[in-house]
Amino acid sequence: MADTHSTVVEHSEHDPAAHSPHLRHHFDDMAQQFDSATLGMWVFLLTEIMFFGGMFGAYTVYRSMYPAAFASTSQYMNPLYGAMNTAVLIVSSLTMALAVRAARLGEQKALQLFLIFTMIFGLAFLVIKGFEYHEHWVDNKVPLFGGHWDYSEAPQFARQAQIMFCFYFFMTGFHALHMVVGLGLMTTIFLMARRATFSPAYFTPVEVSGLYWHFVDIVWIFLFPLLYLIGHTKKII
Amino acid sequence: MHSIPSVRTYVIIWAILTFMTFTTYGVAQIDLGPWNIVVALLIAFFKMMLVILFFMNVKADSPLTKLFAGAGFFWLILLLGQFFIDYLTRGWMPEGTMW
Amino acid sequence: MSTVLQDPRAVETPNYLNQEYGWQSWLFTKDHKRIAVLYIISITVMFFIGGIFASLIRLELLTPQGDLVNSDTYNKFFTMHGIVMVFFFLIPSIPATLGNFFVPMMIGAKDLAFPRINLLSWYIYIAGAAFALAAIVLGGVDTGWTFYTPFSSTYSNTFVITAAVGVFIAGFSSILTGLNFIVTVHKMRAPGMTWGRLPLFVWANYATSLIQVLGTPVVAITLALVGLERAFHIGIFDPAIGGDPILFQHMFWFYSHPAVYIMILPGMGVISELVTCFSRKAVFGYSFIAGSSLGIAIIGFLVWGHHMFVTGMSMYASLYFSIMTMLVAVPSAIKVFNWTATMFRGSISFDTPMLYAFGFIGLFTIGGLTGLFLGTLGVDVHVTDTYFVVAHFHYVMVGGMVLAYLGGMHYWWPKISGRLYPEGWAKFACLLVFAGFNLTFFPQFILGYLGQPRRYHAYAPEFQVLNVMSTAGATVLGLGYVIPLIYFLWSMKYGPKAGNNPWHATGLEWQTTSPPPTYNFETTPIVTEEAYAYHNYKETHVG
Repeated sequence: MADTHSTVVEHSEHDPAAHSPHLRHHFDDMAQQFDSATLGMWVFLLTEIMFFGGMFGAYTVYRSMYPAAFASTSQYMNPLYGAMNTAVLIVSSLTMALAVRAARLGEQKALQLFLIFTMIFGLAFLVIKGFEYHEHWVDNKVPLFGGHWDYSEAPQFARQAQIMFCFYFFMTGFHALHMVVGLGLMTTIFLMARRATFSPAYFTPVEVSGLYWHFVDIVWIFLFPLLYLIGHTKKII
Repeated sequence: MHSIPSVRTYVIIWAILTFMTFTTYGVAQIDLGPWNIVVALLIAFFKMMLVILFFMNVKADSPLTKLFAGAGFFWLILLLGQFFIDYLTRGWMPEGTMW
Repeated sequence: MSTVLQDPRAVETPNYLNQEYGWQSWLFTKDHKRIAVLYIISITVMFFIGGIFASLIRLELLTPQGDLVNSDTYNKFFTMHGIVMVFFFLIPSIPATLGNFFVPMMIGAKDLAFPRINLLSWYIYIAGAAFALAAIVLGGVDTGWTFYTPFSSTYSNTFVITAAVGVFIAGFSSILTGLNFIVTVHKMRAPGMTWGRLPLFVWANYATSLIQVLGTPVVAITLALVGLERAFHIGIFDPAIGGDPILFQHMFWFYSHPAVYIMILPGMGVISELVTCFSRKAVFGYSFIAGSSLGIAIIGFLVWGHHMFVTGMSMYASLYFSIMTMLVAVPSAIKVFNWTATMFRGSISFDTPMLYAFGFIGLFTIGGLTGLFLGTLGVDVHVTDTYFVVAHFHYVMVGGMVLAYLGGMHYWWPKISGRLYPEGWAKFACLLVFAGFNLTFFPQFILGYLGQPRRYHAYAPEFQVLNVMSTAGATVLGLGYVIPLIYFLWSMKYGPKAGNNPWHATGLEWQTTSPPPTYNFETTPIVTEEAYAYHNYKETHVG
């Protein structure tokens, strides 16, 4: 380049062992880069907490306003599905934590294995969710996309129950969207791992992806009681 | 960087989390009236803390990370709390008051 | 190095502007300074688009009757003016331009922590702006920039979703900027640059970034819910099915009130820099000004209900929010007192940036005090939704923030461009802005108090004189905005070369060339003195 005064140095000009090829030059060293990346991911998760939190807040307000209507919806929510999904996500968090651990220790095969398991469990979550959504569709409890909403069995609660189901689909829908993004992240990390990108000196993408994955798990940990365990599962109406 | 937790630690945390999931489900079968949701949320909070401290390794992280992790949930409390300053007090004025 | 006039066409030292040419070197840049320039261009365009709508509003309000346009069209004018000015000018303005350019330099870093995310934030901004412009071109939105339900979610026949998508997308640009600044300030400070030595501009941008990160996601989800409600004809905020329109307002203002602090805090940071430099004196009460930035950021999240006193919210909530509103004025007042104390026994010079700073201090004080009137429950019942509110927020946002932005642009223009702007024209434009602004908006305090409601295209005939004054003022103000645009552009080719430090200011950004090299510093600076160490300088005036 034309600039002879800048402090940019071409890689060929300095000792390749002096720093990792993954070091970005606006950082002083890998430690600063790693710290920045993890803090950055935490700040991003902060925004996600407030994003989901807004929905949680609105849902909680309506639930406090219409306790009977919301409780009447509990018979259409299947806590078994919810609990299964919770268990599946918790296992996926375990495998994700083990994947990050493997990356830090340089255990390439273990890293790839645990990433695969994490993705399998993530996919399992989405499949179970799919079954659930299908059941709601069949039961006419989907107030979106026109025509699959029917609450005639308890018409005095119909309007507020519609709010409840709207929030159910939005909250689980946004959560599922985050799961899909998470699966995309995992795929990318897996492909990078296959190319032996990671080592004890550089595993930042695995670490920050792990943080994201655990966060999505935490959102579900709260969604489960809020959406599925509204009234105890006795018939209200 | 900080120490790496052992596989055993992770598996134990996982076991506790799974057990607590079954507990939540079980408690929901019993009628505790308004306390059902309180118990469920307390268990969820505890599970969240386990995930944050151990799976996300915040227990071994810097105070800065702990601050940011805590700030998120604190801000959520600010949002919910101030919503409910309105919603919980709406019925307090007598009927016919302007607002 | 000196300010002696040089032939502008002489060979320049390598810097971030001339290092690479061509559109690809700009559109794929990772250099925070080039990204700042991209933002300057973009927000200036949006500012003038917002200004066009303001002109249309003031044109209609020349006469009491609604004779220029019908009420529906007028509703679109003030909506688009608000959306464009708030989300596409004020929110990004100083952080994305001056903040992007100078926060890394002020802390002695080579760039922000995440340069590619910085570029991404600009592209996201452009995408959001494209949706907003599409909403305009397709026919506009008439809900007000506040998108109140159920009008926005059910009854409006305009392009609400398009506009909401634009705002939603722009919100992510804001979040990414904030995220970048937070990590940068925590992790990339040069050796010796402790938190207690940071320039107050950095503190201000840091506090702003906290608000951006904590608040913006809530308005994002709120607008997403409105969009979903419109798209699927379901009710969340629709009272007909038990939805609560007040809940929308709670969710909207949870962000939008702190948003006004996003809009003013960076301006306050600029004023801190200007007041110290042009008083040749260290700032009075550094830790109080730094702390008050954080205080405003935090308390700002506890006051939003003052936008909702008359909407049907609980009286007890109104009491709470009113008290908190009184509280949030305290850190702002602390700043004003400290700036004044800084100037006391300082060696004041009246260069254009300082004139803007003076304007800010006076006009922001008026705006802030009238905010207290509005925060008082009894008074608010009388003046809410009148021109009193309009005057209040324009005093803080234009008299405050825009003046700070212009002051900052003039102050740092030599560093950004390497050229000096013409001081005579600059002072003249500043005077036009100040005079035009007050002529536009002071009458609106009176109009509001007398009862003219906002967002109406017609008004009672006895208000015409004040409205005509306001429109005349707007014309002068507009001229005051156009003149700097012209001479800034002119100066890039014909302005005298600026030299490293034409203001003889402290601060790391002045220790490098104008314009700076791509990596900001030849070697990482090591900081040994406090901020604003003017007592160490031999010169006592800018000269």
